[in-house]
Amino acid sequence: MLHIVNKSPSERNTLDSCLRMAKKGSTILLIEDGVYGATKGGVAENKLKAAMADIKVYALWPDLEARGMQDSVIDGIEQVDYNGFVDLVAADKNVQSWL
Amino acid sequence: MKFGILVNEGPYTHQAADTAYQFAKAVLEKGHEVHRVFFYHDGVNNASKLTEPPQDDRHIVNRWSKLAEEHGLDLVVCVAAGLRRGLVDVNLAPGFRISGLGQLVETGIQADRTVTFGD
Amino acid sequence: MTESTGGIDMDEDSSGTIKKFAFVNRKAPYGTIYALESLEVVLISAAFDQDVSLVFADDGVYELKKGQATKSVGMKNFSPTYRALEGYDIEKIFVEKESLDARGLTADDLVVPVEVLTSDEIATLLDEQDVVLSF
Repeated sequence: MLHIVNKSPSERNTLDSCLRMAKKGSTILLIEDGVYGATKGGVAENKLKAAMADIKVYALWPDLEARGMQDSVIDGIEQVDYNGFVDLVAADKNVQSWL
Repeated sequence: MKFGILVNEGPYTHQAADTAYQFAKAVLEKGHEVHRVFFYHDGVNNASKLTEPPQDDRHIVNRWSKLAEEHGLDLVVCVAAGLRRGLVDVNLAPGFRISGLGQLVETGIQADRTVTFGD
Repeated sequence: MTESTGGIDMDEDSSGTIKKFAFVNRKAPYGTIYALESLEVVLISAAFDQDVSLVFADDGVYELKKGQATKSVGMKNFSPTYRALEGYDIEKIFVEKESLDARGLTADDLVVPVEVLTSDEIATLLDEQDVVLSF
């Protein structure tokens, strides 16, 4: 299952909720303000790194770049563009946006 | 593969309206099909032809209309959400149509994936 | 409240296909319109004879809190509508235990009978769905 998170982890609990209710083996894509969660030194860094043992994490690079955060992405988080976003949605059986 | 797209936020206020558009464009570029784009909540405001952003800004409404014209997209505005917010036939931009919420459920049934963009 | 949903359109070949739909509610009522308009989608979905589940988590559990009285804020109290869902054959209502606990609530505080599931159980439930609409 693909989980899409678009909220900054320093403002909302969305990423926490997603991590709590995402099955092992699922995928998370961080978009919009959600990409702040993918950056080094942010509030989500440690929990995201821990989750990455069981969950594959991606971030949308157009959103990272728009926010000037393209050079501080946590190692192991793969970056995709909008085409890659489409591929991720297609690859999993279902998708949920954590609004 | 057939994609359904749900847009729940208005233009300019929330990036969801932009991401939904970029996603729809990528779906089409990759040779997939967009089954329908459904506009709900404040997302109905993406369909207002009265929208006039500053000249140096993107025109979110016209962008959807153009994509619909080029690819025959089905852009559906929820009637109930539209009525609540004053989005009706008289201010509906080209390429959009107004219909019931059943169209959203139908997209969920008929599309292979339904992706939501919102806040 | 169905009179405001603008009718139901069932064309093409929707009838016959049964998918698992989950509506995930994570927002409190009244502060924003999402909870109310989510409920409107749920009611419409009943007409399509799909396999519908409702999930309440995070502040979404507040949508089901007993005792809502909206007269003074001048808004419509839509919490009684959750009690009407049974009449629409929507009976799978799940609430995340962790969200209740974190808000000092129990199932007894809610307007409808619900099944309380742990986060892990919700994760499994969501994973099994065909369509997940989150509001």
